[in-house]
Amino acid sequence: MPSNPPAAPTRLVEMSWDPITRIVGSLGIHTKIDFANRQVAECHSTSSIFRGYSVFMRGKDPRDAHFITSRICGICGDNHATCACYAQNMAFGVRPPRLAEWIINLGEAAEYMFDHNLYQDNLVGVDYCEQIVKETNPGVLVLAENTPAPHGDLHGYKTIADIMRALNPFTGALYREALHMSRLTREMFSLMEGRHVHPSLLYPGGVGTVATVQLFTDYLVRLMKYVEFVKRIVPLHDDLFDFFYQALPGYEAVGQRRVMMGCWGSFNDPEVCDYTYARMAEWGRAMYVTPGIVVDGKLVTTDLVDINLGMRIMLGSSFYQDWQEQEKFVDVDPLGNPVDQRHPWNQTTTPRPQKRNFDDKYTWVMSPRWYDKEQGQNLALDTGGGPLARLWITALAGRVKFGTIEATGTSVKIGLPRTTGLPETEFEWKIPAWSNTIERNRARTYFQAYSAAAALYFVEQALAEVHAGRTRTATEFTVPENAIGCGFHEAVRGVLSHHVVIRDGKIANYHPYPPTCWNASPRDSEGVPGPYEDAVQNTPLFEENNEADFKGIDIMRTVRSFDPCLPCGVHMYLGSGKEIQVRHTPMFGGAPGPTE
Amino acid sequence: MADTPLHSDGNGSASQESESAAPLAAVDVLWLTAGLGCDGDSIAMTAATQPSLEDLVLGQLPGVPLLRLHHPVLAVEVGDDFLTKWHQAARGELDPFILIVEGSIPNEKNKDEGFWAGMGTDPATGQPILTCDWIDRVAPHAWAVVTAGTCSAYGGIHAMEGNPTGCMGLADYLGWDWKSKGGLPIINVPGCPVHPDNFMEVVLYLLNQAAGKAPMIPLDEQLRPTWLFSQTLHEGCDRAGFYEQADFALEYGAPECIVKLGCWGPVVQCNVGKRGWMNGIGGCANVGGICIGCTMPGFPDKFMPFMEEPPGARLSTQAVVMYGRTVRSLRQFTRASMNREPEWRSRTDADPAAGSLASPAESTS
Repeated sequence: MPSNPPAAPTRLVEMSWDPITRIVGSLGIHTKIDFANRQVAECHSTSSIFRGYSVFMRGKDPRDAHFITSRICGICGDNHATCACYAQNMAFGVRPPRLAEWIINLGEAAEYMFDHNLYQDNLVGVDYCEQIVKETNPGVLVLAENTPAPHGDLHGYKTIADIMRALNPFTGALYREALHMSRLTREMFSLMEGRHVHPSLLYPGGVGTVATVQLFTDYLVRLMKYVEFVKRIVPLHDDLFDFFYQALPGYEAVGQRRVMMGCWGSFNDPEVCDYTYARMAEWGRAMYVTPGIVVDGKLVTTDLVDINLGMRIMLGSSFYQDWQEQEKFVDVDPLGNPVDQRHPWNQTTTPRPQKRNFDDKYTWVMSPRWYDKEQGQNLALDTGGGPLARLWITALAGRVKFGTIEATGTSVKIGLPRTTGLPETEFEWKIPAWSNTIERNRARTYFQAYSAAAALYFVEQALAEVHAGRTRTATEFTVPENAIGCGFHEAVRGVLSHHVVIRDGKIANYHPYPPTCWNASPRDSEGVPGPYEDAVQNTPLFEENNEADFKGIDIMRTVRSFDPCLPCGVHMYLGSGKEIQVRHTPMFGGAPGPTE
Repeated sequence: MADTPLHSDGNGSASQESESAAPLAAVDVLWLTAGLGCDGDSIAMTAATQPSLEDLVLGQLPGVPLLRLHHPVLAVEVGDDFLTKWHQAARGELDPFILIVEGSIPNEKNKDEGFWAGMGTDPATGQPILTCDWIDRVAPHAWAVVTAGTCSAYGGIHAMEGNPTGCMGLADYLGWDWKSKGGLPIINVPGCPVHPDNFMEVVLYLLNQAAGKAPMIPLDEQLRPTWLFSQTLHEGCDRAGFYEQADFALEYGAPECIVKLGCWGPVVQCNVGKRGWMNGIGGCANVGGICIGCTMPGFPDKFMPFMEEPPGARLSTQAVVMYGRTVRSLRQFTRASMNREPEWRSRTDADPAAGSLASPAESTS
């Protein structure tokens, strides 16, 4: 944690970056910066768009839920559609055939490969490209020119500066290769789920995909090209990210938060998963990415029922009317556990548009929190940008062992087979010392390898079904008059849940909670800032520029390490700041705890 | 107005004044993602290969003006610096440029204060600059205005019944008769999301038109490019043969025509069946996904609930049943016959030594 008290009198300058575009319209980061101490003193995160899914879903046919909610997100619409289908399966009491689950897993694996790749090398990558480093840390670029890349023989770039050049937008070789790879993986996705972004082949009860030998062959040949790419990209990113620790001592404090992450699990095991709420803990733990919550290095739970019941949606700084006095849709869950009024099943969304006021209400994002019974706190969990939490929790839980992937309790091992140009390879992702900007980014690369190795296993399983003649991909169902359901999944950038209440055969209440709501949330009713705000507030500044030409690169890297819903390629701030205060003692010394 | 390449623009404000002027080197493209959307059309655009984004940005196609893209997803700049181009465009200092709008346009008049959608912060007020304000400021200066996806074309999913924002398509907002500075109507490229290659093909067409190398883009009454949207999904669907033979799937995942499972393909104007989704791969009805009408002005309300046979399909499929079943059974006879080789191809002499062909080993020795 950056715990040094300010050495010089603070002089705060207000600086905003707006828009930092994310998937739904505009993300803004509004800060107060203490240039004397080269530290961010305060941060507010804002969203300027409201659409209202939770409002216009009411009264609709429950079967339409996944078609509609896919449109929440234009980059991981399939994660929403999948999550909605999981919730529908629970509510309708339907279990898809095994083959359908393998096909969905293959689609989702392709989605992770696509999105992490595009984001890492076309969008985040630009934060580390030659053009930007030259503008923000020319000294670092000089050092990069003279630093050989330790794994140059594997990835082909001799120096760190060569890697940075390869990341320059459009002109860089790696930038263009990543675009190409992102198309290949989207083809893989389209094979399984029909179309990319908004899939056409997902249904409750299964998929519409025609499962033939050709389908899986078409997928596999593309996958192997990606496997070869991943074998180069993991050592490449290790070289790049390790270099930043080396070039800028103390960089681990950039974007650092208290370890407080959630993962809702990914890739169902069709042998175990029957979508019943009663058995949710069991089939949740059987997922090929383990769901769980980790706080300060400790695995608090891997139980999806616990995770579900601990969810609290808080207001405080958001443009909505409270629902504390509104109707309670679900008193107890199917196991008889009480369900809180602030749980998504019981939420009533009523927008209250109003002026933006940083001392009061300033954003359209609400504040999802997780109630930790042991500590009696509502935790502002983050998702580690997705992969960091996924790998961290899977590693700690030590449950996953399939194909060439193994969780050890302290690490995750990922094996990849021989490819045209490179031998059989094993990567090992080890739990890092910090939850910070660099490690969020590093995990993203390792999860690309994880997804590829998982996909190889899923292809094998799917083909075994086809060879055995079990080619059905859908199960019939009827929509009950009254039911509840929930789906837990991982969008690319982290935790994703959908909660549905069905009454009289129609949707009575529907609340999706995507990762960006967790990460981009504002100060809640207890004053606890959301993860972007918290991570940026902790950030020391290493940029060489001063106030006049300050670009905020360390802040941009921090926000982007979370993969703000729409991968933001927007980068540099060139405006001049406005001085607002001369005396101010900002709160240094780590993440404000939930009790503050 | 009918034929308006850039250099014949009557306003005299275009960058080229006559045929003899230097060829148009580049066109700025301002892409607004701050409508009520999901940015799926932007992501779809990055999937296109015919042409790809980099083909146009790096000038890979001969004689086509360079595309100078100003897009929040791919821009290097952020915040105020990113908005510089937008302010320039609003002052009429950027010429020529194409404005691309993504996401539906909220109705900002249906409440007392606050906003539904904005981009950037107004330094004077500290409040967001409304998406509607950006459109009002910038659209009048654009050489052409294009909608990317069904949300900005017709309202789309966010304009669904019961939506609190009262959002709508761009032509509903600006007016269906609205004309750009270049004399072009709004160009709608619907799809949820927009088909990657459909969209980039339209952009390429407009770059050529701006350079004076193509006539006015042909549009239908819903302002869609005619060469992309005149036919129905069904007419290009590779399952249409099953329909013709009245061979209908009764469960998802089957290879036959899926109209009874909720597919609207026979009436929806869309070329995805023919084109696939990416490089011929994927799609909707052609690969087993019911068509939910996402390219249509009536989407989604008029097509819901999606997972039910469209009312019209019940009658029309009944009509083909008699013909289809007859044809199918007759064809089965023919097919069985054609699956047999002519009898003169069968071996008459069982003695292998009598064969007249030499083995490969013998022929090469």
